[in-house]
Amino acid sequence: MYSTTYHRPATVADAVKLLKKADDGKLLAGGQTLIPAMKTRLAAPSDVVDLRHIKELKGIKVSGKNVTIGAGTTHAEVASNEKLMKVCHSMCELASHIGDPHVRHMGTIGGSVANNDPAADYPAAMVALGATIHTNKREIAAEKFFTGLFETALKDDEVVTAVSFTAPAKCGYEKFRNPASRYAMTGVFVAKGKDGVRVAVTGAGDDGVFRSKEIEAALSKKFDASALDGVQVSSRNLMSDIHASAEYRANLVVVMARRATTAANG
Amino acid sequence: MSEVSMVVNGRKVSGSVEDRTLLVHFLRETLGLTGTHVGCDTSQCGACVVHVDGKAVKSCTMLAAQASGSEVVTIEGLADGADLHPVQAAFKQHHGLQCGFCTPGMIMAATDMIARHPEGLDEKTVRDELEGNICRCTGYHNIVQAILAASKEMGKAKKGKAKKAA
Amino acid sequence: MGMEGIGARVARKEDKRFVTGLGRYVDDMVVPGMKHAAFVRSPHAHADVKKIDVKAAMAMPGVIGVLTGKELKADGIGNLICGWMIHSKDGTPMKMGAWSPLAVDRVRYVGDAVAVVVAETRAQARDAAEAVEVTYKERKAVTDAVAALKSGAPQLHPEADNNLIYDWEIGEAKATDAAIAKAAHVTKMHIVNNRLVPNAMEPRAALGHYDKAEDHYTCWTTSQNPHVARLVMSAFYNVAPENKLRVIAPDVGGGFGSKIYIYPEEIVCLWASKKTGVPVKWVADRTESFLTDAHGRDHVTEVQLAFDKDNNMTALKVDTIANLGAYMSLFSSSVPTYLYATLLSGQYRIPAIHANVRTVYTNTAPVDAYRGAGRPEATYLLERVVETAARELGVAPAELRRKNFIREFPYQTPVIMCYDAGDYEASLSAAMKAADYDGFSKRRDKAKKAGKLRGIGMSCYIEACGIAPSAAVGSLGAGVGLWESAEVRVNGVGTIEVLTGSHSHGQGHETTFAQLVSDRFGVPMDSVSIVHGDTDKVQMGMGTYGSRSGAVGMSAIVKALDKVEAKAKKIAAHLLEADEGDITIENGELKVAGTDKAVPWFQMALAAYTAHNLPAGMEPGLKEGAFYDPSNFTFPAGCYICEVEVDPETGTTEIVQFVAADDFGNIINPMIVEGQVHGGIAQGVGQALLEGCHYDPSSGQLLTASYMDYTMPRAGDLPSFKVSTSNTPCPSNPLGIKGCGEAGAIGSPPAVMNAITDAIGNNDLTMPASPQKVWAAVKAATKH
Repeated sequence: MYSTTYHRPATVADAVKLLKKADDGKLLAGGQTLIPAMKTRLAAPSDVVDLRHIKELKGIKVSGKNVTIGAGTTHAEVASNEKLMKVCHSMCELASHIGDPHVRHMGTIGGSVANNDPAADYPAAMVALGATIHTNKREIAAEKFFTGLFETALKDDEVVTAVSFTAPAKCGYEKFRNPASRYAMTGVFVAKGKDGVRVAVTGAGDDGVFRSKEIEAALSKKFDASALDGVQVSSRNLMSDIHASAEYRANLVVVMARRATTAANG
Repeated sequence: MSEVSMVVNGRKVSGSVEDRTLLVHFLRETLGLTGTHVGCDTSQCGACVVHVDGKAVKSCTMLAAQASGSEVVTIEGLADGADLHPVQAAFKQHHGLQCGFCTPGMIMAATDMIARHPEGLDEKTVRDELEGNICRCTGYHNIVQAILAASKEMGKAKKGKAKKAA
Repeated sequence: MGMEGIGARVARKEDKRFVTGLGRYVDDMVVPGMKHAAFVRSPHAHADVKKIDVKAAMAMPGVIGVLTGKELKADGIGNLICGWMIHSKDGTPMKMGAWSPLAVDRVRYVGDAVAVVVAETRAQARDAAEAVEVTYKERKAVTDAVAALKSGAPQLHPEADNNLIYDWEIGEAKATDAAIAKAAHVTKMHIVNNRLVPNAMEPRAALGHYDKAEDHYTCWTTSQNPHVARLVMSAFYNVAPENKLRVIAPDVGGGFGSKIYIYPEEIVCLWASKKTGVPVKWVADRTESFLTDAHGRDHVTEVQLAFDKDNNMTALKVDTIANLGAYMSLFSSSVPTYLYATLLSGQYRIPAIHANVRTVYTNTAPVDAYRGAGRPEATYLLERVVETAARELGVAPAELRRKNFIREFPYQTPVIMCYDAGDYEASLSAAMKAADYDGFSKRRDKAKKAGKLRGIGMSCYIEACGIAPSAAVGSLGAGVGLWESAEVRVNGVGTIEVLTGSHSHGQGHETTFAQLVSDRFGVPMDSVSIVHGDTDKVQMGMGTYGSRSGAVGMSAIVKALDKVEAKAKKIAAHLLEADEGDITIENGELKVAGTDKAVPWFQMALAAYTAHNLPAGMEPGLKEGAFYDPSNFTFPAGCYICEVEVDPETGTTEIVQFVAADDFGNIINPMIVEGQVHGGIAQGVGQALLEGCHYDPSSGQLLTASYMDYTMPRAGDLPSFKVSTSNTPCPSNPLGIKGCGEAGAIGSPPAVMNAITDAIGNNDLTMPASPQKVWAAVKAATKH
């Protein structure tokens, strides 16, 4: 790891101030992606601003079907929140399969969303749920928020403070893990809500999370796994690496969508 | 440089470290607690697992400065004097270790796992929960046996205590 | 059998320190004034080193020194060697290219070290290593062994035309070809044995300390054989003469072969310590381990197995190309030859066998022995081709094997080995019973209804362990003898220290070796200490690899115990005024048989040291040493059965059942033996399903250089294993032990692959059978 300077603000406002002052500062949420990147010298922030002690970023609020999750909420907390489980079980399920138990104790939803790793799980949920990403400055629709590989709509001094969404009538998530890294090699979140069926795919797209129009069209006709029999998605714009070719990922998109739909239908 | 202070294995400790110092290096090099190991660079092997404020975390994926003010328990702090913790005893009894390098992280992960599953554990849950701990020697067979046995043993002990209290 | 004696499931003595975090590994060692090393490594697979500029690095904070290969050479440090001479079939010796611990003018793989930085802290050393400016002129690289042999391929070493190290053969070519020509059936296969990275969980590390006052060096190192390290560093690398060099291998976190070899880093740390005047510690990070630990396997083979009309095997013809990487590692030459081709007869009567092996340089990390070393490669090709033959011939796989089993011993194979004992039928039957083989078709039907493809596969392996008779291996080219040493010291109060040349890095020697002594004298295990891993304490030893610590290491202890027993009996007879021949030892007492006269063990020991009342002419004290040189290899064998379910939609393979039935000869501690089998199977399953080392063929970059890309077996990838043993004692050593350390890794890969190919109905599948590959193979099979 290169040298860096550590800061521990108590408020979002202070965090933003520290970030502005730094040459090349980075926000440190749970650190489960940033610190490994720093260890292997792939990231070299001059300053890290620790968000873990900011109270206003923590907590899950559920009011009716409306859910707000503070950015500083850990995966373990999302996974085990009983109120959330009642209205949107799949979010808890998703969180309970991120990384491993130790990662889930540290990693946060805000960190994951802001990092937008193309193989992370939360972006698929956010896009499929039509979630809103809240920052210290504004609210951004998830679909506009995730703009590419590790790219988001966030400005330099902008901090994700929360995510919110309305729990849909039905939703489900299934992922196929990369055998080595255990990140999603393909993960599909399906949701059937007020605005119809939305399906978001992570781990597969060469530009990060995306909505699968083919699968949305099929599931809109009938929200059942059988609706996807014979459906094929194009391997164009899918990632290809030593673990999975684009063709294989295209297959996984359909298979995971089918299984997510079955899960959604309970 | 940062001044960090924390409670490690019940003892208040402090030190001055570079901000880039990882918790694992603070434990190993500043405090001489070398039971916590580093087995990879990518935060996957779990040889470095310790408990911070009661939760299992990877001490190689946390700066010492981040842990300042926290309570930390390492493998050295698990046993009660000369008596092994039930998980330590179970690993010995069931041959849940060979070279011993992954063992401290395994045991710290296992105690956390058992605490999070007061209802008890089955083999599939144990295997899933070991996602973040890699062992190259045992093929996991006896690690799984050891954790299941310790979970049972600790469940019994808890029930016994509850009875006594009643 | 007592509670602690031979055959007892004794919990391990060493565990107390490991479960409490008090193990002492190299990285835990601290020497006053110790500083840290970081290596500057080549980012290129193949390049000329034009210039190394250390100025900027020297100016970095905390830097004590930056040293290069030129300085190392100027100080007379020697090149790394391969210690096993193999001759090509034309009689020429193998072509060993120069391997300098720090490359001087050329780098040959990504990770090849060119300089070392010593600094106050590890992080500062890393910072400064990045500031060393190396000017490279890139050359074309080749990573694939078959490609490296082709004309026009990039050339690695001037000594080796076409990158060919040797072209070696064993067996009778003419007889084999003739038998194939008149065979009723010939099964032909192209077999790839995938390259693996050993991945002991403790990364390699070295701490070199030069003591100016004594002109003496100490090296703490992650070694499976510290004495061999000292010998080689002294005799070949000119680090220091043996009397001025102490090598300590303390607790070592797994080895699996990768810590047999003497690597550049420990040599450089010792040399750099003298050069900089400070103790120098280096610890690999995981990516460094991936780049520079000796890899394993990496064979490509064409095989033909011939049968007569009655399905008797008549000939086996094997043509193998083995990748040895950029340089010849310490025992690399022996792995694809004498540790491989000599096992090609397997458990079968095959009258004619011929194997040709070509080894090749490529721009990849050196390849050497990894758990099983040659024997997994032999077993994989033989058991895949036998299973395939059974399918082609329409015979049950077990029946074809049974028909061809060797049933009489000793059995001389056409490829050097003479099997001394075994009962292959017993293992096969035990495995089939444990697996409920007969009930498989019902399980297959049930799985089919659930949309899963279920398959079953077996593998009957044999291996040669207890390596090895020194004269025999010497005649085959080994540069060392492969005996083992032991010394038994009985202290004045009767406690016992056993000094052994074996080294434990997970095998539990502190327990099993103590069990042996406890069993012999009836003394409690707590009063027996096992001392190993320090060249200042143990005079000489050959270390631990090739499943040899039981068969060879313990046999040496037995020999020393024999001598101790003889002297103890003499002393007791004298004290008890009895005849030496009437003394028996049991329960910690030396008794006169048939009487109630006895002297406790500790009293006899005390008498040996007070020397007030010893037999006339007897020297005081009770300490005996022995060297044991085995008279033959040992031949563990067994049968493994694997049952899988494949999800055809994703290609995921789940191992639903894994059965191992082994014959290890006599067993000291069944708990530890089972643990060895479990771990071996996990590595074998890892090879078959998960692990594969990939270099980019054009750039020579290692694509699987961390756990993000190299798939390590995790708990969720594996089932619990059903293991059992049915033992035929080994006739060639006093304990009847065969060895158990490698069997799991040897026997399991073909069982897994036979099961998957059975499930999916497509035999065209290579290891690792990743979900993607299996999915594609399922698709290809359904197209037909």
